[in-house]
Amino acid sequence: MSMFEGLKFRKISSPIHSLDPRVKFFYVIAMFAAAVMYMEIIPLIALFLIQIPLIIAAKVTRQWIKSMRGATYLAAIIFFTNLLFSYFYPTGESFSYIVEHATAMTLRFVVLVESFSVFFLTTSPDHLGLALENSHVPYEFCFAFTTAVRFVPVLAEEAQTIMDAQKARGLELEKGNFLKRVKNYIPILIPLIVNAIRRSLELAEAMESRAWGATKNRTNLYELKLHRGDYVLTALTVLLIVLAVYVRLYIPIPAVSEILG
Amino acid sequence: MEKQIFKTDRKMPIIEADNLTYTYPGAEKPSIREVSLKIEKGEFVLLTGPSGCGKTTLCRCFNGLIPHFYEGKLRGEIRVAGMNVAEHAIYELAKHVGLVFQNPENQLFALSVEKDVAFGLENLGVPREEIRKRVDWALKVTDIYELRERPPYELSGGQQQRVAIAAVLAMQPEVIVLDEPTSFLDPLGAKKIFEDIYRLNRKLGITIVLVEHRLDLTAKYANRIIIMDEGKIVLDGEPRKILVSEEVHLMGIGIPKVIRLYQFLKQRGKDLGEPPLSSEEIAKKLRERLGR
Amino acid sequence: MIEAYDLHFVYPNGVEALKGVSLKIRNGEFVAIMGQNGAGKTTLVKHFNGLLKPTQGKVLIDGVDTREVSVAKLARKVGFVFQNPDHQLFCETVEEEISFALKNFGFKENVIKRRVTWALNLLGLTRYRKTSPFMLSGGERKRVALASVLAWNPKILILDEPTIGQDYAQKEKLRQFILQMKAQKKTGIIVTHDVEFVAECNPRVVLMSNGKIVADGEARKILTSPEILEKASIIPPEVSRIFLELSNIGFPTNVIDIYEAGEIILDFWEGKRREHV
Ligand SMILES: Nc1ncnc2c1ncn2[C@@H]1O[C@H](COP(=O)(O)OP(=O)(O)OP(=O)(O)O)[C@@H](O)[C@H]1O
Ligand SMILES: Nc1ncnc2c1ncn2[C@@H]1O[C@H](COP(=O)(O)OP(=O)(O)OP(=O)(O)O)[C@@H](O)[C@H]1O
Ligand SMILES: [Mg+2]
Ligand SMILES: [Mg+2]
Repeated sequence: MSMFEGLKFRKISSPIHSLDPRVKFFYVIAMFAAAVMYMEIIPLIALFLIQIPLIIAAKVTRQWIKSMRGATYLAAIIFFTNLLFSYFYPTGESFSYIVEHATAMTLRFVVLVESFSVFFLTTSPDHLGLALENSHVPYEFCFAFTTAVRFVPVLAEEAQTIMDAQKARGLELEKGNFLKRVKNYIPILIPLIVNAIRRSLELAEAMESRAWGATKNRTNLYELKLHRGDYVLTALTVLLIVLAVYVRLYIPIPAVSEILG
Repeated sequence: MEKQIFKTDRKMPIIEADNLTYTYPGAEKPSIREVSLKIEKGEFVLLTGPSGCGKTTLCRCFNGLIPHFYEGKLRGEIRVAGMNVAEHAIYELAKHVGLVFQNPENQLFALSVEKDVAFGLENLGVPREEIRKRVDWALKVTDIYELRERPPYELSGGQQQRVAIAAVLAMQPEVIVLDEPTSFLDPLGAKKIFEDIYRLNRKLGITIVLVEHRLDLTAKYANRIIIMDEGKIVLDGEPRKILVSEEVHLMGIGIPKVIRLYQFLKQRGKDLGEPPLSSEEIAKKLRERLGR
Repeated sequence: MIEAYDLHFVYPNGVEALKGVSLKIRNGEFVAIMGQNGAGKTTLVKHFNGLLKPTQGKVLIDGVDTREVSVAKLARKVGFVFQNPDHQLFCETVEEEISFALKNFGFKENVIKRRVTWALNLLGLTRYRKTSPFMLSGGERKRVALASVLAWNPKILILDEPTIGQDYAQKEKLRQFILQMKAQKKTGIIVTHDVEFVAECNPRVVLMSNGKIVADGEARKILTSPEILEKASIIPPEVSRIFLELSNIGFPTNVIDIYEAGEIILDFWEGKRREHV
C-alpha cells in the first residue's frame, strides 16, 4: 500500500507545514472542483504542474513521488476501464478522441491524489485535530480522531506481539486448508479484542480522572490564528477558481489531437 | 476559591473513609471491606499488600471512579477534600485528587506532551493564558520542559510516566495517588520517579498515596505505611514500627533487606537502635559501631 | 546450547535494536538479561526461538541456524513466556489454554491429559482447571501463561519480565520454580529489571545497553560494580549498596546475599569486640 505510505505525515518544518489546515483543505476542495470542471488534457496538466512548487516548498518531494508511484496502479486501471468502456459502448467518436478522454480522466485522478498528498504530507494529525476543534466540530469527534491516530500504531504493534506469542506456542498460521487457516486466526483475534476493550476501559478511566466532560465550554491550549501565508494561499486559491471558471466559460480549449493534427 | 478556604483549615484530614465496603458489579464478594482511614494533608503514604488485596480498588474510591465510573455497591462514606465522594462528580474531585496509573501507554492520549498536560485544564474550561502558565510550570517541576512538543508515545517509559505526573500536577491537586507507577521502568528510571514524587511532597506539600510492592525502593520516602489484605486494612503506621512488627512478617510482604539484616543482627544480640529504612542509614549505623 | 555471533537486528522502521551481540549460553545455565528500557533485551531473546531473524550475524540453537527452521519447530525446544499474559490467553478454560500448544505440537490425547495435569499441579492452578483464564487475577493469569509453556517441557525456557506486578509471595514461588529448573539441568533465561530478585537467584548476569552487551558474569560480580551497572541504568541491590558504603572500613564489596551479609557483619562485630576485650 505504498500510496498510503506516501500519505503518511512526517514531522518537518516548512512554510507549507505551518499553514492552517483549514486553508489547505479549502485548497484541496478548490483543486477538486477545478479538476472536475475540465475534460481536456491541457488544463489538467496545468493543474498538475502548478502544484509542484508547493511540494518543493514543503520539502516532501521524495514522499510525494512515492505516493504518486503508488497511485500509478490505480491510474492505469482508470485509464484502461475508460478505454474499454468506449470500446463496449461506442459513441462514434474517433479513436484519438477516446484515448484523449481516457487520459483526461486519469489525469483528473492524478491531480486529486496530488492535492490530497500535499494536504496529508504537510498536515500533522494534531494540527488537523485542532483545526477540527476550531471548526465547531463536536469535541468528542475530534478527540476520537486524534485518539485513533495515536492508537492505530499501538494496536498494530500489539497484534504483532500477540502473533509472536502464539507462534511461540506452536501456532502455524499458514498451515491447513482455507477453513483451517481462518480458524488459525482465532487465537490472535480474541486476545486482540480483549486487550482493545481492556485498553479502552483504562483510557476512559484516565480521561475521567482528568476531568473529562466537566464543562461544555472547553478551552484549548492552542489557538489557530491565520498568518500571512494563509491569506496568500487563500487568495491564490480563489484566483485559481475564478480563472478556472472564466476559462471554462469563455475560452475554447483545443484537444491535443487537434493541435497535433 | 474553595481551595483557598481549604488550605487555611489545616486540621481537617484530606481523605477520610469511614467503614467503606465496596463490591464490583457482578462480583460475589466485596473487594474492600470496612475500610476506615484518615490521611492528613502533607502525608506520604505507602499502600501495599498482596496482589488482589484491593489497593487499586481503594485508589479508585479516592477520586470517585468508584462509585461513578464503576457503579457497583458502595457502603460507608468517603470524603475527599471535604466533599462526599458519592455526591460529587469525578471532574469535581479531579481538581483535588490526581490519579497516576501503572501503564503510561494508556493514560496519555494527545499527540504532543504539552497538549496532554493541558488536557485536564482544557476540560475544566480554564482560560488559555492560565493553562499555558500552569502547563509550563508542571513541565518544569517534573523536568520535561524540553520535551513539550514531542509526541508522548515516542518517549521512554520513564519520560512518559513523568508526563502523566505533570498532567495531574497541572490541575494543582492537593493529593496525588500513584498506582504502581514504575513497574515497567528500569531501576534508575524508577528511582528518579520516586525522587520526583518525594520532592512534590516535601517542597509543594502535596499529599502522596503511593501503591507499591517493592518496599526496598520506597519505604524511606514514606512517613506512613498502610498494609491491606483481603480487602481490609490490617496494619497502618510509621514505617519503622510497621516493618519490624510480628504481623508484617506473617503476611508475605516483601520486607526490605535492610530491615531483615537489622533484625538478623538484633536476634543475635547486636542492636543497632532505631530500625533503618535505607542502605545509607544502616551503613552509617554500622560504620559508627564498627569503624575505627 | 544457544550461540549468537555478531548479531545485528534492525526493525522495519529503521531502529537498530541490536548492534553486534555475541553470546554463548550452555545447557543447564541460568541467565538473567538486564539493562535499561529499550536496551534490546526482548529483541535479543526473540531471536532465540526464531521469532526474529538476524539482519546480520547468526544464531544457533544446538548447532542449528535459526534461519533454517520454523518457529514452530524451534518452539518445541525453546519455550518463551511473554511479558503480558493477556497477549496469549484466549481459551474458555485454563485446561484448554494449557493444551493449546500440546495440540499444535501433535501430542497424543492421553499424553496431553497427563501433561496438563502435571503443569496445573506444578503451578498450583489445579482448582482453576475449568475456570476461564479471563476471570483470574493478574498474578494467576501470569502463572497460566507459564504453565501453558511448561506443559510441553521445553529444554530451554525464556521468561520476559516475570516479576512485574507480582507480590512477594508470588515472586518467591517463581524463585523456587527456577531453582527446581536449575536442579533439573534445564536452561533458563529471564529478562528482568528486578535487581533484588536477581540477587536472590544468583544467576549469570548479562548486562545490555544500547543494543550491546556491556558486561557478562556472575551476579555477585556484576551486581556489585556500580560503574558498570550505571551504564545499564541499574542500581546495585540493597545488600551490595550497604557493603559498598562500608568498603572503607574493610568490608568486602562483592556480597549480594543477605545471609552471607549477616554473617560477615557478625564476624566484624565480634572481631571488634574481641579487640576491645
Ligand atoms: N473491574 C473489576 N470488576 C470486578 N472485579 C474486580 C475489578 N477490578 C478488580 N476486581 C477484583 O477486586 C479484587 C481487588 O483487586 P485490586 O485490583 O484492587 O487489587 P490490587 O491490590 O490492586 O492487586 P495488584 O497488586 O495485583 O494490582 C480482586 O479480587 C479483583 O479480582
Ligand atoms: N516492533 C518494533 N518495531 C520497531 N521498533 C521496535 C519494536 N520493538 C522494539 N523496538 C525498538 O527497539 C529497541 C529495543 O527494544 P526492546 O523491546 O528489545 O527493549 P527492551 O530492552 O526489551 O526494553 P524494555 O526494558 O522496555 O522491555 C527500542 O528502541 C524499541 O523502541
Ligand atoms: Mg493494582
Ligand atoms: Mg522488553
